[in-house]
Amino acid sequence: MLKVSEPLISLENAGLERGGRWLVRGVDLSVRRGEIVTLIGPNGSGKSTTAKLALGIHKPSEGTAHRTAGLKVGYVPQKVSIDWTLPLSVRRFMRLTQRIDDRQIDAALDSTGILHLAGAEVRTLSGGEFQRVMLARAIAGRPDFMVLDEPVQGVDFSGEIALYELISTIRDGLGCGILMISHDLHVVMAATDQVICLNGHVCCKGSPETVAQSAEYRKLFGDRASAALAIYRHDHDHTHLPDGRVRHADGSITDHCHPDDGHHHTVEEKAGTEGDSDGGDRRA
Amino acid sequence: MGETAVLDDFFTRAMVAGIGVAIIAAPLGCFVVWRRLAYFGDTLAHAALLGVALAFLFELNITLAVFVVCAAVAVALLLLQRRATLSSDSLLGLLAHSSLALGLVVLAFMTWIRMDLMGFLFGDILAVSKSDIATIYAGGAVVLSVIVLIWRSLFAATVNRELAEAEGMHPERSNLVFMLLMATVIAISMKIVGVLLITALLIIPAAAARRFSSGPEQMAVIAGVIGIASIICGLYGSLTWDTPSGPSIVVAALVFFLISVSPIAALVSRRHRPAQGAKP
Repeated sequence: MLKVSEPLISLENAGLERGGRWLVRGVDLSVRRGEIVTLIGPNGSGKSTTAKLALGIHKPSEGTAHRTAGLKVGYVPQKVSIDWTLPLSVRRFMRLTQRIDDRQIDAALDSTGILHLAGAEVRTLSGGEFQRVMLARAIAGRPDFMVLDEPVQGVDFSGEIALYELISTIRDGLGCGILMISHDLHVVMAATDQVICLNGHVCCKGSPETVAQSAEYRKLFGDRASAALAIYRHDHDHTHLPDGRVRHADGSITDHCHPDDGHHHTVEEKAGTEGDSDGGDRRA
Repeated sequence: MGETAVLDDFFTRAMVAGIGVAIIAAPLGCFVVWRRLAYFGDTLAHAALLGVALAFLFELNITLAVFVVCAAVAVALLLLQRRATLSSDSLLGLLAHSSLALGLVVLAFMTWIRMDLMGFLFGDILAVSKSDIATIYAGGAVVLSVIVLIWRSLFAATVNRELAEAEGMHPERSNLVFMLLMATVIAISMKIVGVLLITALLIIPAAAARRFSSGPEQMAVIAGVIGIASIICGLYGSLTWDTPSGPSIVVAALVFFLISVSPIAALVSRRHRPAQGAKP
């Protein structure tokens, strides 16, 4: 067993350059056993790239990426397409990178609610069903570290809550570390220990405040939902312009972010309403 | 001679050699279809002719020379793709046709050699010798053992390279091994169907097997069966109608493919496949 304090993976000042452009730069990140870290940020902000640096799919162009030796990894990529030429059943897909028996496969499929699809051909699944298969496949081998890149995309709302709950159950059960990318900028799991907001660099980090106490929120989504979802709203104090320059809160425009750039982020007390913030300003 | 006396008949030798090649080609052919590498197979096959020319020039074993040239082309392609200034298909076209042209030019310089170019382009399965059969089966045993070893990793990388890499499957390594296996198969099967038709023997049985398969391993086995059937039907057809043997084998494979996409095959495969998505 690994020591709890020792990070499973860590990135230090990691960056990736492709074709003269920095996809992401200066990322410090670590995921420990039993910890859920969520990455949020707009399209093209380097969320998937950061995850791939953590997984070792990309080697950092600067900085370092470190993974514990012998780490068992479960990965749900953002996009997987199965060509027609590949005859692939769900059961065979579950065994893609791991040797597991039918009992483990059935248990994993059952936990994501798709045991009835075990014999189906992967190609014929709907988007939401396929995401459930991907998640089941990642957890079936009891990984030490999981990377979930938009794991609930295409899943209907009630299913989304159930899967978020499942993810925190898995974390509690397996004690694995989870690096998650949220497909929704504003929604992260309440079980998240740390939220990292990316926009080509780390804009800010922090632990999300829970909204579980909010009566309005509970009324809106029900008791079960309140434990699984938090609304996490944030405002940038600087904007990345399409040409790569940066506009700051005071209206000035510069070529790069300032080292002390961060942004105010606030956790809403009520779901779905703007403002009403608790004024919980934090600087990254 | 004893037990090998049965191989004294040229037609039996052709049959034994052809079946050996069909079995080896099946699993690799599936990967060629899955990974869309048809043009890559063609490129290696074209490069084989340069191998033949170099074998004559330096008096080397032809199979060995073809393997070395094909392997070199495969590695060159990997390196060129890394610093991609041209698209993959342009690179393949460049490598395929320049190595073919180089081979023909080198052969033309060696005026003292009178060789049957057609035999290399379209195969000469009826001229297969016992040592050719030994090469096919020994080489085939190596190819099959290696493909079994790398199967899981190669298949995972075929489904999704990044997923395979993240979960510790080493896709780069299995890719390289796969390319070397392709070079081996082309070197040992060139004599059977010739450089212009090798890709057909890889692709057509695999494509025909797709409709009848519900799993990757099953598809490789069915492709092997269809490949063997193509060899048997093609050779008997060639004997009966006095047609060239290599092309006859490919035509037989084509017939199997057409059957597989016809409505009759759809009925058969539907009956054999388990109902999908049914609740338990």
